[in-house]
Amino acid sequence: MVLKKLTEASGIPGQEKEVRDILKAEIDGLVDRYWVDPLGNLLAVRGDRGPRVMLAAHMDEVGLIVTHIDQKGGLRFSKVGGIEDQVLVSKRVLVGKDRLPGVIGAKPVHLQNHGEREHPIKSEDMYVDIGAKSREEAEKLAPPGTAMVFDTCYEALGERIVKAKALDDRAGCAALLEVLKEEYELTLCVAFTVQEELGLRGAGVAAYALMPDMAVVLEGTTCADTPGAEENEWSSQLGKGAVLSYMDRASVSNRRMIEEMTRLGREQGINYQFKRTTAGGNDAGRIHLTREGVPTASVSIPCRYIHSPVSVMSLDDSDSVVALVKAFLKSVEGGFLPND
Amino acid sequence: MIDLLQRLATSHGPSGDEGIIRDVISQEISKHVDEVRTDALGNLIATKRGSGGRRVMLAAHMDEIGCMLTFIDEKGYLRFSTVGGLPVHYLLARPVRFKNGLLGSVGTEKIEHIKELAVEKMFIDIGAGSRQEAEKHVSVGDLVTYFPAFYNQGTRVISKAMDDRAGCCVLIKVAEQLKDCAHDVHFCFTVQEELGLRGARTAAFALSPDVGIAVDVTTTGDTPKGITMDVSLGKGAAIKVMDESLISHPRLRQALVQVARDRGIPYQLEVLVRGGTDAGVIQISKEGIPAGVISIPCRYVHSGAEMVDTGDMQAAVNLICAYLATDLGI
Repeated sequence: MVLKKLTEASGIPGQEKEVRDILKAEIDGLVDRYWVDPLGNLLAVRGDRGPRVMLAAHMDEVGLIVTHIDQKGGLRFSKVGGIEDQVLVSKRVLVGKDRLPGVIGAKPVHLQNHGEREHPIKSEDMYVDIGAKSREEAEKLAPPGTAMVFDTCYEALGERIVKAKALDDRAGCAALLEVLKEEYELTLCVAFTVQEELGLRGAGVAAYALMPDMAVVLEGTTCADTPGAEENEWSSQLGKGAVLSYMDRASVSNRRMIEEMTRLGREQGINYQFKRTTAGGNDAGRIHLTREGVPTASVSIPCRYIHSPVSVMSLDDSDSVVALVKAFLKSVEGGFLPND
Repeated sequence: MIDLLQRLATSHGPSGDEGIIRDVISQEISKHVDEVRTDALGNLIATKRGSGGRRVMLAAHMDEIGCMLTFIDEKGYLRFSTVGGLPVHYLLARPVRFKNGLLGSVGTEKIEHIKELAVEKMFIDIGAGSRQEAEKHVSVGDLVTYFPAFYNQGTRVISKAMDDRAGCCVLIKVAEQLKDCAHDVHFCFTVQEELGLRGARTAAFALSPDVGIAVDVTTTGDTPKGITMDVSLGKGAAIKVMDESLISHPRLRQALVQVARDRGIPYQLEVLVRGGTDAGVIQISKEGIPAGVISIPCRYVHSGAEMVDTGDMQAAVNLICAYLATDLGI
């Protein structure tokens, strides 16, 4: 299953090759041509009729990178992308291309003084333990710059719920592949982007190269239907369908596109919900400001515990995203224009 | 000028929903220009052709700060996010207006101290008794602005959205007064400035101007124990030296100062410590564009009662027209 393969691959920002290689193999035959741009985005084009519609999902995931190695062979690291320190301690990670197992260690609780126990341990005070006995040994196995990702396997939780790491945004990548399996009388411009988690870096140059007339971003988004959160703070809900956002910190979605997707959802019985918060940002932020401007909308899959070692999503929600994007593309085929 | 300013300032146009204000501006400016178009993001670009001179971009943003509905609760209260830098204490207990004319009042959950006030605790009350009733009138994604009340006392005018309908008004007046200009002048009424100078970026890319000038409001330092800033209401158009988004091109700034002196147009120099304008993104478009700002002093920026002086606005109109009669000095 492609989502299992994608989520278990390693791809911190700037080191997306494993993910890109899987996606290359998957799109081969589904597109007319594909290429990798200088920043590492995997771009593809299919068809040459009708409006140019860009579909984008980012390949990178939040993770860790080795910055230096201490005397005793512990790997000191920086976070790459937004991860809360408190989710890190005692988690298993996979280190480097050879996927060496490692564990995130920190000062044990019985040695922490009173003040230390009251606050989450800072990531600067943690290290990754790969069982090395010395700096020299560790340096050979994991020199500075080595990528580390959470060691989390893809598993089903019951019938339609799955857990995995990196659902943000491998879930979007998988949904995009699914969308490509259908034919459209359009010029599809596909972008699997890099470094979204470091500030939407790949998407802008991708859109610049592809010159789309409009764009749809497929994302894994926050889901906060959890104890302790007020109903108005639930950014999205698991199992309630594709998440449409009117606005986040990085962009305002094209209103006509959102309204059209809402109409399609209602008429075709595709589940959708509106995002209840406006925090966060995704590749749409860069895409819509490219060149003379690109009408853009985001369609997202709710992911609980996003940016942590393990997140949870519903396959029904990703099916809804696929169905809604397909329906939207058909509607563009039929003459829908974002700025009518 | 007052009638036009009132029409502009009281029209609905929060960031991302500029359709109504765009139509109003389009109607006002089309009789004075050769061509009007709307781009992919919704910027309105009106062009007045010259006689073989250079390309000038004048930008005023037509969006205003506001709030967007994010959730409607069981009892019909509306939760929201702010759109743009809207200090929530300015909103509390004030009336707000929807695009369709519906009014609401802004309330908060019980708080012990004003410091606890936060957007998460606030809601808009449209008087609906239930979610079903509220949904008949509004939807998630709808935007509100301050209720538009417009007061004119002498040369001082108070309203919502002077930021930046005052600038839009200046641009329309320039289009009206400009005669026999050698340069192609592109009047850009930009979208989403309040969300991070977004519309001006794509407009500048499309236009590739030789010079870019934003016309926007700026804060003043002339109120009791206010910020330290050498700009006052009523002392003329402010020629920007710098703000957080740009350092004005020195030759452009000098050219503007020179024109103001030569023509006896009241002006003041402005250094703004907090805030930015469309010129910040125009300047770094493509290979770089000489850019600057002519500001209209404005008190209580981002409140529902922003105050400007029409004398300052007229000075800005005169300064731009006089500058456009030169070789631009770049």
